[in-house]
Amino acid sequence: MPVRVRPLSPHLQVYRWQISNTLSILHRLTGVTLALGLVALSYWLISLAGGEETYAAAMRVFASKVGLFFLIGWTFSFLFHLLNGVRHLFWDAGYGFERNQRHASGWLAVLGALGMTACVCLVVWHGLHT
Amino acid sequence: MSLRSPLGRVLGLGSAKDGTGHWWAQRVTSIALIPLTLWFFFSLLLLPGLDYGTVKTWLAVPISSFLAMLLIAVLTYHSYLGTTAVIEDYVHAAGVKVLSLLLLRFLYVLFGGASIFAILRVAFGS
Repeated sequence: MPVRVRPLSPHLQVYRWQISNTLSILHRLTGVTLALGLVALSYWLISLAGGEETYAAAMRVFASKVGLFFLIGWTFSFLFHLLNGVRHLFWDAGYGFERNQRHASGWLAVLGALGMTACVCLVVWHGLHT
Repeated sequence: MSLRSPLGRVLGLGSAKDGTGHWWAQRVTSIALIPLTLWFFFSLLLLPGLDYGTVKTWLAVPISSFLAMLLIAVLTYHSYLGTTAVIEDYVHAAGVKVLSLLLLRFLYVLFGGASIFAILRVAFGS
């Protein structure tokens, strides 16, 4: 049967860009990023089981500039996905749908994750230099 | 007029062809992951160092290796559910979709299994 191109109802292009859809996309994006982090976590655990030398090699990879970039990215992704995930759980239970609640919880998730990521970086930095 | 029941019409619709089981499992695992991930995150952060000896000693403690195994199992399942939904939503060609979903499933079992095996090796010192 020939596939006929039928008109579709307008969807994405008629909506104004706002915090709700941005965070929805960011939730998926951080989820996929964290899935890649699972591979890194697996590598780290395997290197630990392998002994002192393989562990040291893995830690050199994580301590490199690229490694640190990814670690900070995964830290933010984890914290945001966690906070926004709790936000989703509240919605699933039927709470927090009002416009101001949605916006407040959204900003709390983004800014909270950013702030906590900065705190983690500071704690680790402090630990490395004392 | 359609003689199909409302239930009959919605069954098998959507990009995944089913839904509630997946949706519910995603929520249950997410609740379990709140304490598990926080435990792992803060344990690592509060260790005096991340050198081989410190980390190995910490992970070899029975409660640590037990919780780490639970974490990997639930995390793997939760992540599998999530990335599966992403592929179902964005990959439209039927053949590629089935193949990528199959590949994804194998990869999760591989990495999840390897992680748990690694934790067991640390726990039992082999």
